[in-house]
Amino acid sequence: MKSKKDLKWYILFTAPLIFIFVTVVIIPFFIGIGYSFYDWDGMPLNPKTFVGIDNFIKLFSDSRFLNTSVHTVIFTLLAVVLINLLGLIFALIVTSKLKTRNIGRTMLFMPYLIGGLILGYIWKFIFGDAFTAIGEATGMTSIFFNWLLNPKSALFALVIVSTWQMAGYIMIIYITGIQSIPEDVIEAANVDGAGFWQALFKIKFPLIMQSFTICLFMTLSNCFKVFDVNLSLTGGGPNNATEMFAMNIYNEIFALNHYGYGQAKAIVFFIVVAAIALVQVSITKKKEVSM
Amino acid sequence: MGNLKKIFLNGFFLICCCFFLSPIYIIVVNSFKGRSEIYENILALPGSLNFEYYVNAMKKMNFLNAVKNSLIVTLVSILIIVVLASMTAWMLVRAKNKFSNFIFSVFVATMLIPFQTLMMPLMQEMGWIRDHIGLPMLDTLGGLIYMNVGFGASMAVFLYHGFVNSIPISLEEAATIDGCNKFGVFWRIVFPMLKPVTVTVIILDVIWIWNDYLLPSLVITSKSLRTIPLSTFSFFGQFTIQWNMAMAGLTLTIIPVVIFYLCAQKYIIKGVAAGAVK
Repeated sequence: MKSKKDLKWYILFTAPLIFIFVTVVIIPFFIGIGYSFYDWDGMPLNPKTFVGIDNFIKLFSDSRFLNTSVHTVIFTLLAVVLINLLGLIFALIVTSKLKTRNIGRTMLFMPYLIGGLILGYIWKFIFGDAFTAIGEATGMTSIFFNWLLNPKSALFALVIVSTWQMAGYIMIIYITGIQSIPEDVIEAANVDGAGFWQALFKIKFPLIMQSFTICLFMTLSNCFKVFDVNLSLTGGGPNNATEMFAMNIYNEIFALNHYGYGQAKAIVFFIVVAAIALVQVSITKKKEVSM
Repeated sequence: MGNLKKIFLNGFFLICCCFFLSPIYIIVVNSFKGRSEIYENILALPGSLNFEYYVNAMKKMNFLNAVKNSLIVTLVSILIIVVLASMTAWMLVRAKNKFSNFIFSVFVATMLIPFQTLMMPLMQEMGWIRDHIGLPMLDTLGGLIYMNVGFGASMAVFLYHGFVNSIPISLEEAATIDGCNKFGVFWRIVFPMLKPVTVTVIILDVIWIWNDYLLPSLVITSKSLRTIPLSTFSFFGQFTIQWNMAMAGLTLTIIPVVIFYLCAQKYIIKGVAAGAVK
């Protein structure tokens, strides 16, 4: 800082936001770490008992939590594959020479703007009443039944809705990657006699490696943190079969009033999410294809 | 490529897109139908345009009030985020020192923290502030806006920081010599240059704040302060069986989003792309 006057300006410009940020994010983060070592039911008058790392040990014998972890991993893997596959196909079509590409892009991106909660309710009707009605009308009751009442199909319904929401968003990122490929590279490949598939796998894909990494990790982290769609579509049911990580934490704290234990889960949740992101950063730094 | 093949491919792609959006179609057409008509043929267009369910849903959801609350929360939060984050990011770049670097890395690092990790302690802290300092942080739109600003800060500072780094300092120096103070330099010269990032920040934050459910659900308890996602949630708690009214309610909540999308499509797609790639 050159002078006192400069320091004054520095404080005037940065202090308001830093103050808000510290009170909303930093302080709760550290209080949260503290709470995770206590046993407390959330009632201000009831005692908080220090239990050390017991909350974290308890996680490994909590069958509902372990089930939730399995569901979350299955859901995340299925959704990541499906979202990226569809998003990439959409992006390839929309960057082609089709005349309908612009209106197509507009339509495919639309669901992303509708919030997860409302999307979940829309699909609750589709998978419930609409599927039942279509099944009765066509007789194909093996496909068209109420998907939300069966544990396996309910989980898959959640995958479909998340795909519907995210595919258009991921498409936008892939489009950015595809459009950054110089035209003459593709032309050169065509002149050299590369077919459609060859150009796709040997030229385009290696050049959009960075988009792959971004999209994979973005979907990974978003699916892992899914909450709104989960709440409105299935509410965790039937029989907790579709209760994902975030919802399990929410229920543990606010429904079962296990504030300390729930917070310990929330800390583990943070560690997993942070680990995913850090792996991404290290990969993106290594893997950039240089031209 | 033959003409016929071209037409076929274009048409086929368009049909696929329509199929992709068919859930919205189903919701809209059935919001006009009576119960028996829904079950007769769920895919058919309605026999008549019956707005009865819309009127009922609007009343039950207190829809206009929810739109007003959502608008206030979204607009004010974003205004504060844009003003404070651009100023902070500019200062952090222009006054390069250890402290600035540290603050910036804290902003970036906290982008990793999921909301579920902060929600319970945040509510405890805000309750404590209400009880001991007397500031009404809970169950007020102001409190919700304050917390939105806190959660939106990292992303906005990060985006502005990257952009300020890329603009030359010479213009600012010239203005300083001409007698402008820092405030004048920032608002007259720097802020207008930041417009592309400002658009990105606004777009990303509109999508996030307008649709946010969990934070408002923890902060807001009064019926009159509900935002759109909150009123949708309570509406569905009560009227799950009455699907026609529920669908009218859903259609209502989608309308503002569609209007926003059609008006600002170019900016939205650019903004989302820019926000994701950085």
